[in-house]
Amino acid sequence: MIDKRLTNKLALGMLWGAALLTVAVLGALLLYVFINGIKVISPEFIFTWPQGVNAEGGIWPTIVSTIYVTALAMLISTPIAVLAAVYLAEYARQGKTVSSIRFAADSLASVPSIVMGLFGFALFVEAMGLNLSMASAALALSLLMLPIIMRATEEAIRAVPKYMRWGSYGLGATKWQTVSKIVLPAAAPRIVTGIVLAAGRAVGETAVVLYTMGQAVNMPITPLDSGRPMTVHLYLLAVEGINLPAAFGTALLLIALILGFNLSARWILKHYRKV
Amino acid sequence: MNVSLGSQGLGTHGPTKIHVDKLNFWYGDFNALTNISVDISSKATTAFIGPSGCGKSTFLRCINRMNDLIPGTRVEGKMTIDGADIYGAGVDPVDLRRRVGMIFQQPNPFPQSIYDNVAYGPRLQGVRKKADLDSIVEDSLKRANLWKEVKDILGKNGLALSGGQQQRLCIARVLAVQPEVLLMDEPCSAIDPTSVQKIEDLMAELKDTVTIVIVTHNMQQAARVSDYTAFFLQEVAGEPAVMVEFGRTNELFTSPTDKRTEDYITGRFG
Repeated sequence: MIDKRLTNKLALGMLWGAALLTVAVLGALLLYVFINGIKVISPEFIFTWPQGVNAEGGIWPTIVSTIYVTALAMLISTPIAVLAAVYLAEYARQGKTVSSIRFAADSLASVPSIVMGLFGFALFVEAMGLNLSMASAALALSLLMLPIIMRATEEAIRAVPKYMRWGSYGLGATKWQTVSKIVLPAAAPRIVTGIVLAAGRAVGETAVVLYTMGQAVNMPITPLDSGRPMTVHLYLLAVEGINLPAAFGTALLLIALILGFNLSARWILKHYRKV
Repeated sequence: MNVSLGSQGLGTHGPTKIHVDKLNFWYGDFNALTNISVDISSKATTAFIGPSGCGKSTFLRCINRMNDLIPGTRVEGKMTIDGADIYGAGVDPVDLRRRVGMIFQQPNPFPQSIYDNVAYGPRLQGVRKKADLDSIVEDSLKRANLWKEVKDILGKNGLALSGGQQQRLCIARVLAVQPEVLLMDEPCSAIDPTSVQKIEDLMAELKDTVTIVIVTHNMQQAARVSDYTAFFLQEVAGEPAVMVEFGRTNELFTSPTDKRTEDYITGRFG
């Protein structure tokens, strides 16, 4: 007979080992990028343009392009996603139609991003004639963000307790008054968290923007300008062996940016959550 | 036998506020309440007692049509307030709920400041002027016996108050829209005993101006706070609930006419 205590220790050891491995992989990755990237990080690297054929100098236009396109994509996807979620959670009669909309949103979220890029290229760049631009890339990215924000909003709305709504109805509020004055404000921290996480996803997205934003190092001013996002810059520097240290520097900044998004999402949830 | 003492204009209480005649209520196919007839007097407190699941809360929610929010529910029979049909064509439940306020079992302040909680109802009705809102808020909090405790922290989140204070805040919030009727669905079951005392005192003060209907599990509470009591019972699970007996509280508790009422108030079941 196997010793129960030994089995227990063995199981615990395996669980602990698996957990440790996960953390170790993340730690090693971050450390590797940090060690290789920190050497080139300087105010100059962040705030100046790439110079010459070897892309010496900085990566400023790519940072601007990434933030520009992410902000634009947020502006496009947030209102649509939030309104759709409010409709689904509060107004739609729960049934086949609603569950198929939900299934569609989930499927949209799992479309490979390279396919989404191709679709964005065909629709926004070619068919709609927006060319390679911030607008094309933002529209394509918002397809990616839409389901994330929508599901987050829906869950946030459902998390608002029923009795809080009753309190509002009981005072003679209409449905819309209840939704707009009580439910959405109470759900806001979770909704914002969903938006920030979706933005983090968009910042790190490569395939979609590769197809839709172009690769030219430009400082985008209008939404119809093309540009080169950080991810594509990193990809080109590395894959063509142009400037590996700068690639790691870009990678480090990219990770820092995404980490910043994720941490602020956690912070918002922790400090503002009311329900 | 359903004795409708309220309609006989007993004592010093006002005329009938809510008249109910053979009311039936369905959740889908389930006939939850059957043939309820009762007259609820104004300027009085009426208590609904009975074991869990006997339909007393369901009946309470019929009065301000909160059950309309639950899909698949249906009402038959007649229910009037000041003679006007509550379920009549053209009656907007939103307007009705301004006249018939409700306090819930779980204190449910909005996650906003104390001030905004109380000002919520008046703002819905279009009160915008700061001075008007200020005086409504102060007056409502005073009527709910909460003013002294919160007058310096009106900007604080309502959820930061204790459970009993939250419930009084909810009462103030309802009073701010000046309801004629106040429905209370087990308002004291989730709060501490000291606060219960405060809310019962408050009910005694309010009943001159507001018709109060309270659902309670606690028979002592019904005996303390109410002028009239209705006893609800669902005799067999899955069968509709009925109102077994209705009468003046002191009579119902001292000399019930129905054997089932007697069994319940002497603690033989429930």
